[in-house]
Amino acid sequence: MIDWIAAFLLIAGSLFMLVAAIGVVKLSDVYMRMHAITKAASLGAILMLASVSLIYTQWIVWVEALMVVVFIIITAPIASHMIAKAAHKGGNPKGPGYIMDELEGVDNEGVEE
Amino acid sequence: MEVHLSPVLNFAIYFSFFALTISLFMGLYRLLTGPTLPDRIVVMDLVASLSIGLIIVYIMATGQTVFLNVAVAIALLVFMGNIAFAKYLIRRMKK
Repeated sequence: MIDWIAAFLLIAGSLFMLVAAIGVVKLSDVYMRMHAITKAASLGAILMLASVSLIYTQWIVWVEALMVVVFIIITAPIASHMIAKAAHKGGNPKGPGYIMDELEGVDNEGVEE
Repeated sequence: MEVHLSPVLNFAIYFSFFALTISLFMGLYRLLTGPTLPDRIVVMDLVASLSIGLIIVYIMATGQTVFLNVAVAIALLVFMGNIAFAKYLIRRMKK
């Protein structure tokens, strides 16, 4: 039973990572690509860590898996926010389909060194 | 170290290796043809997540749980790399 749950979590995690990679190839814009990666790949890594902590039940595996999950949850939004802010400030070209852009023209103040 | 896993888990391990390898090649495609520099930086984030996934599948296949330390180190180092690249982008723009 545990094997089936772990196999399901492993396959689901790798499929989420595959969806993130397909999004990187298919989407048309740096912001959309970042949107694909930050959420889907983080969720895939978290699901795979849950799978490995179901199979190998030493406490050190659980602690380290929890550490990786916490680091990913803390750092992935901050990093992609920084990259998106830098790319938008640099005038990165936007793809089609944007309805609004609230940072249009307010880029030049408010960005620290 | 020899581990004996059930057939369904073996299938899951092979499938995950396959899917992650395909994803790595997709990331390589975007890395080679990305029009701007932030596209390539974004691919670095994807490759870090994919290598965490590959390490996890390798742990499942071989039972060597010490490699989780590598996953911790990758999860921290990529954050540093992203922040450094963002600072570099802002500074490059100012010139």
